[in-house]
Amino acid sequence: MPGILKIALKLLVNDKSKFAALLIGITFAVFLMVMMMSMFSGILARSSSSVYNIGAKIWVMDPAVNNATSSIPMPDYVLSAARSIKGVKYAVPLYFGGAQVKLKSGAYQAVTVVGLDDATLYGRPDLIEGNIENIYAENAFFVAKDAEFSKLESPKIGTEFEINDFRGVVVGLAMVASSGLFGVPTLYTTHSRAVTYIPSTRFTTSFILVEPKSDADIPYIQQQIKKLGYQALTRNEFVKKISDFYTYKTGIGMNILLMTAISFIVGLSISGQTFYTFILENLDKFGALKAIGAKGRVLISMILFQASFTALIGYGLGVGLASTMIILARIRIPDYAAQVTYMTLGFAFVMVLIIAGVSSYIGVRKVLQIQPFDIFRG
Amino acid sequence: MEHAAIKANGLEKWFGEGEARTLAVQSASFEARYGEMLYIVGPSGSGKTTLLSMISGILKPDGGSVIVEGKDLWMLESDEIADLRLNKIGFVFQDYHLFPRLTTAENVAIPLILKKMEWNTALKVALEYLEIVGLKDRAQLPPVKLSGGEQQRVAIARAIAGQPDILVLDEPTASLDGDTGRKIVEFVKTNILNDKRCIIIVTHDSRIDEYADAIMKMEDGKIIGVERNRALKGVGE
Repeated sequence: MPGILKIALKLLVNDKSKFAALLIGITFAVFLMVMMMSMFSGILARSSSSVYNIGAKIWVMDPAVNNATSSIPMPDYVLSAARSIKGVKYAVPLYFGGAQVKLKSGAYQAVTVVGLDDATLYGRPDLIEGNIENIYAENAFFVAKDAEFSKLESPKIGTEFEINDFRGVVVGLAMVASSGLFGVPTLYTTHSRAVTYIPSTRFTTSFILVEPKSDADIPYIQQQIKKLGYQALTRNEFVKKISDFYTYKTGIGMNILLMTAISFIVGLSISGQTFYTFILENLDKFGALKAIGAKGRVLISMILFQASFTALIGYGLGVGLASTMIILARIRIPDYAAQVTYMTLGFAFVMVLIIAGVSSYIGVRKVLQIQPFDIFRG
Repeated sequence: MEHAAIKANGLEKWFGEGEARTLAVQSASFEARYGEMLYIVGPSGSGKTTLLSMISGILKPDGGSVIVEGKDLWMLESDEIADLRLNKIGFVFQDYHLFPRLTTAENVAIPLILKKMEWNTALKVALEYLEIVGLKDRAQLPPVKLSGGEQQRVAIARAIAGQPDILVLDEPTASLDGDTGRKIVEFVKTNILNDKRCIIIVTHDSRIDEYADAIMKMEDGKIIGVERNRALKGVGE
C-alpha cells in the first residue's frame, strides 16, 4: 500500500469514535437494504415455487391467472386442442386446489393439493421415501417434505388423515426445490383422485402442462394457444408474470422499495454527516499537507481511500449481519422467506459505493477549498 | 555564502473587495541568503505572514515576483509549485499542525512519504531526524503526549526531514515560555542552519533577536528596513 494511503488509513481508524460511527452508519444501511431485498427475493422465489417444483416447459392457463395458486379452471376442449397443435409432444392436465385436512390428532390443517395427470404423472416430484407407483394405490398421497411438512405432524409412510371426509394415506415423501409462499403443506395425488376428493367447479383443469417437440416449436404453440383465447407461457415467462404480480400489483414491491430507499437515505445521512465532520476536524491537517507540498490529487486519493475503505468494511459487516440474521431466523422459523441473492449483494454494493461517493465528494470539495495560507494565518 | 535563496521583487498583495479592499503588502523587495537566519519582524497586522506565504509559494501575489533557484516561482504551474514546496521549502507552522492520530515518527516521515519514499525507510529516516532534535525516545508516542517545546521540535524535525534548502518558521516561540523559545531558536541556529540552508523566521519576539543574522522590519505592509550583520541598512540594500 502506498505510504500516503497508509497515513490516510491511520488517520481514519485511529479516530476510533468517528470510525465506529461511520461503520455503524454504513453497516446499518447495508443490513437494512440486504434484509429488505432478501425478504423480497424470498417472497418472489416462494411465489413461484410450484412452477419450479413441477418443472414443465410450457404452462397453459387463462390469461387472467396471476400466480400458480389462484388458477382459473379451463374446459376440457383446451386440453384436446393443445394436444392437436403441431410441435406439441404431449400435453397433460394439472389440478391445483386447496383443502382442509383432518390430522390424526384431530387438528385441521389447510393444504394445497396437486393433481398430476393419471397416465403420465408429468410434473411429479422426486421421492425421498416410497415408490412412485404407490400413488395409484387406494387413497394415496405423497407429502412434500418442505418447510411446512411439520404442520402435518411430520407424517410417515402409512400415516392416515381425512380430506373432505375421504380417507387419505401417505405413500411417499417428496422432495421439492422450494416451499410455497403461504405456509401451507403440499400433497400430491392423481388428477382423478384430486377432483374426486376435493369439491370442484365445473371445469377441473387448472393448468395444462405442455412438452414441445423442440424449443423452436414454442412460439408457434404460444400463438395457437392464444388463438383459443388462452395463454401459453414458458416456465421463465410464468415466473416473471408471478414476480411482476407481487412486485407491482400487491404493494409488496413498493413497500420494499420504500424501505430500501429509507435505509439508503439513513445510511447516507449518518455516513455523510460523520465523514463530513471527520473531514472538518482534519481540515487544518489536510491544509498543512497541502502547504508541505501534497498535490490536490494526493489529497483526493486519501479521501477516496478513506471513504471506500469504510464503505467496504461496512458493506462486509452489513452483509454478514444480514446473513447471520437470516440463518438464525431460519433456525427458529423454518419457512422464513428470505434469501440473499447475487443481485441483492450487487445492488447493496452499488448503493454503498454511492454513499461512499457522495461522502467523498463533500469531503473532497471542502479539502480542495482549503488554502494553505489559512493554515499560516491560523 | 552570499547568493540568494529567495529574491522578492516588488511584491504586492491586496485582500478584500470594494471599499473593504486593503493593501496587505506593498512593494516588498528583499533577498534571503543561504547560510543566513533571517527574521521578519513587525507588529501584528504588518504583513509578515502574508509576505512569508508569498515567498514560500503558498499565497499568490497580486504583483511582483519571487525568484527561487533562478525560476520565477509564480510563473510555474500549481503542481510544480507544490513540488518546489515539497523539495525546497520546509515549514514549521505556528500551531505545529502535527497529526494527533499518528505517532511522532510518522509525523516526521510525512514529507518523505509525500516524496514517495517507502514506508519503512521513511520511518527509519524520520528516527534519524528525531535523534537530531533529541526526541528519538518519543518516536512511538502521539504528539499530544509531548510538551509544547517537544512538539515544536517534532515540527522542526518534520520540516527538515525532506532536506529543504529553505526553512520557514512562523512565530516559533509564540506558544512557548521564554526559556523554551530561546532554546528552540538556539537549537535551530546551531543544528539546522548551515551554508546550504536559509532559515526565515517570522516573529515579534525580541527576546530571540540575538540569534538572527539579519532582521527585516515591516510596518503597515511595507519593509521599513533590513538589518544585516546586525547593522541597520536601507531597504533593498
